[in-house]
Amino acid sequence: MWSILSILVENKPGILFKITHMFRSRNFNIDSISVGVTDDPNLSRMTITTYSDEKQTKQIVKQLDKMIDVLEVEQLDEQRTFYRELAIFKIHISDANASMEINKLAMTYGGKVHNVRSKSVIVELTATPHQINSFEDIVRPFGIINSARTGVAAVERSTS
Amino acid sequence: MVDMSGAEALMHSLKNEGVNEVFGLPGGANLPMYDELYKSDIRHILVRHEQSASHMADGYGRVSRRPGVCFATSGPGATNILTGIATAQADSAPMVAITGQVPVEMIGKDAFQESDIIGMANPCVKYSYQPRDPSLIPQVVKNGFYIAKSGRPGPVLIDIPKDVQQNVAPMTFPKNHNVRGYNPWIKADPKDIESAANLLLSANKPIILAGGGVIISQAFAELSSIAEMLVIPVVTTFKGKGSFSENHPLSLGPIGMHGHAEANKIMTEADCVLAIGTRFSDRSVGTFEEFERDLSIIHMDVNPAEIGKNQTASVAIVGDVKDSLQSLAKVLAVKVVKRQETEWLKHVQETREYWHENLKIHPGEMSSHHILHKLRDVLPPNSLVTTEVGQHQMWASLFFDVISPGTFFSSTGLGTMGWGFPAAIGAKVARPDVPVVDIAGDGSFNMTENSLATAVLEDIPVIVFLINNYSLGMVAQWQRTFYDRRMIGVDQKHCPDYVKLAQSYGAHAIRAESLDEIERALKDALSSDVATVIDIPIDPEEDVLPFVAPGTSLKDMILPS
Repeated sequence: MWSILSILVENKPGILFKITHMFRSRNFNIDSISVGVTDDPNLSRMTITTYSDEKQTKQIVKQLDKMIDVLEVEQLDEQRTFYRELAIFKIHISDANASMEINKLAMTYGGKVHNVRSKSVIVELTATPHQINSFEDIVRPFGIINSARTGVAAVERSTS
Repeated sequence: MVDMSGAEALMHSLKNEGVNEVFGLPGGANLPMYDELYKSDIRHILVRHEQSASHMADGYGRVSRRPGVCFATSGPGATNILTGIATAQADSAPMVAITGQVPVEMIGKDAFQESDIIGMANPCVKYSYQPRDPSLIPQVVKNGFYIAKSGRPGPVLIDIPKDVQQNVAPMTFPKNHNVRGYNPWIKADPKDIESAANLLLSANKPIILAGGGVIISQAFAELSSIAEMLVIPVVTTFKGKGSFSENHPLSLGPIGMHGHAEANKIMTEADCVLAIGTRFSDRSVGTFEEFERDLSIIHMDVNPAEIGKNQTASVAIVGDVKDSLQSLAKVLAVKVVKRQETEWLKHVQETREYWHENLKIHPGEMSSHHILHKLRDVLPPNSLVTTEVGQHQMWASLFFDVISPGTFFSSTGLGTMGWGFPAAIGAKVARPDVPVVDIAGDGSFNMTENSLATAVLEDIPVIVFLINNYSLGMVAQWQRTFYDRRMIGVDQKHCPDYVKLAQSYGAHAIRAESLDEIERALKDALSSDVATVIDIPIDPEEDVLPFVAPGTSLKDMILPS
């Protein structure tokens, strides 16, 4: 089961280490992680995604909640959550046709094309992890020279 | 607001927390705090190795239920103290460990005697601080003590760079803690209490499994009251040993790898378990599958993360154990008119009698069984007992009955050899009015026996009841049992001679080779005002039995042939 956890923590040095170390020491795994300061400079929000069964997920939430620097932890409902990840792909292009095709694919996925050169192109994509995986599969035959992903950032959608 | 150095503020803050004793060893990076300690009226108890400082603070904390305080310098001092911190964390003991650190500008430069103790200790502390400004020290100490002693207690590390100890700043000493992400005072939900009461009353074969949480929250009277109201048997984890008087007719003693045969047997037959303050350790329950039969589990714990961690609960009661048991007793009192002696209780009593009559014990006079019964006979019931780690510890589990609840302490979570003796010293500092005995084995005692210097020079008269089989007995037993007697690394021969060793430290020392000699030695030790080692040679081949092999179920226990 893929879960999105939203964790509000004290914005202090070493918190990221403590959180990630809890996952390692308790034998859990992190699928993706993103961290950023909130509108309150004393607080940061971490978004962690993880693959685990229901029992493990509950335990992860409890272990996070137990940590003194964690102010809130919430397992977000995927259907009621707006979540995105940023991915950047540097893709090999053999000719102008390939360049055009990648441009078209990027547009289809709502991506942006940067730094077009004779041998490569950079595509920036902000989408769900599933969409990014799908794009990656499609462009793989062109040859992915390099790629980087940020991990998911998420907020719950408004209920009203 | 008043100007003072970080070290001076530290001593002032410790006094504000009611600290009268610290255990420690000075070094380069904590000299400023030692210099302030010199000026204060806080008693410093000098150790010979920092590991012992943390074990002493641990023993002090478990007995007084106030954080024991230990000091170490940076680098190796800090890493030495870490074993004791991890031990306290594993057994939820309140402790504040204060280490010196290299000056702030040297941190991260691989300076002399620099270690990243905050990083190293992260998985084995409840919380840690490294104040980089002296003015932070008063609040850090206030918060540290609050975290260490509240909720599920644990160790807090405060690592103070040397320049932060030296520098002067305006200080304000807070009256209150300010830890906003921590709320240990969860009150049990009345609906869960009601469900638990109904489940217990509808069960045919109920049992209480009492863990260390009962001892930490001092819920002895509440536990007794519920057991007696429902007339149901009580088993304990090893950490919970002595949470229920072991001479009570409803007591079956500890379960688990080294539990009583009757306790293990009855545990496997129960249909409803009221589990109190326990994490369902593998040592207590054998395999988790054992508990997947048709069994209702009511799990009571102060720590929400314990619920469902190792064992799924039918009803979970989160909150302080004492408070939760009081609520449960009130609900039960309304529902229980008068319980008769049930078929289940009759079966429990027959099972206990069967095992008492049929369990073969080592035939020699100097068997662990006889030795520990002798210790029990001679010791006043309110004596405090610690153990080292090894065979003697498990014999203590099997054969030493704890009569006064909350008087037995052992390293049960981490299983730290060398814990018992320094912990006994800490216990004696906390309670100088009662006898304190460390039930020891030679292998474990040998790891921290240099604490004899502390016990003698600081006038802390504890008794070391040394069951000496001249070997690492538990490892030897496993090599005999599981490795076809391929014995390696376990023979300690006759070195050292513990009587001569103890005498060389100025301690009292007696070798006792019969039960009569043990009795005389104990009486002598109890009246002595100096630490005493009673060296008791036994058969190195004696095993701990019954025994549940690792990874097997409670019902598969190995019995004496």
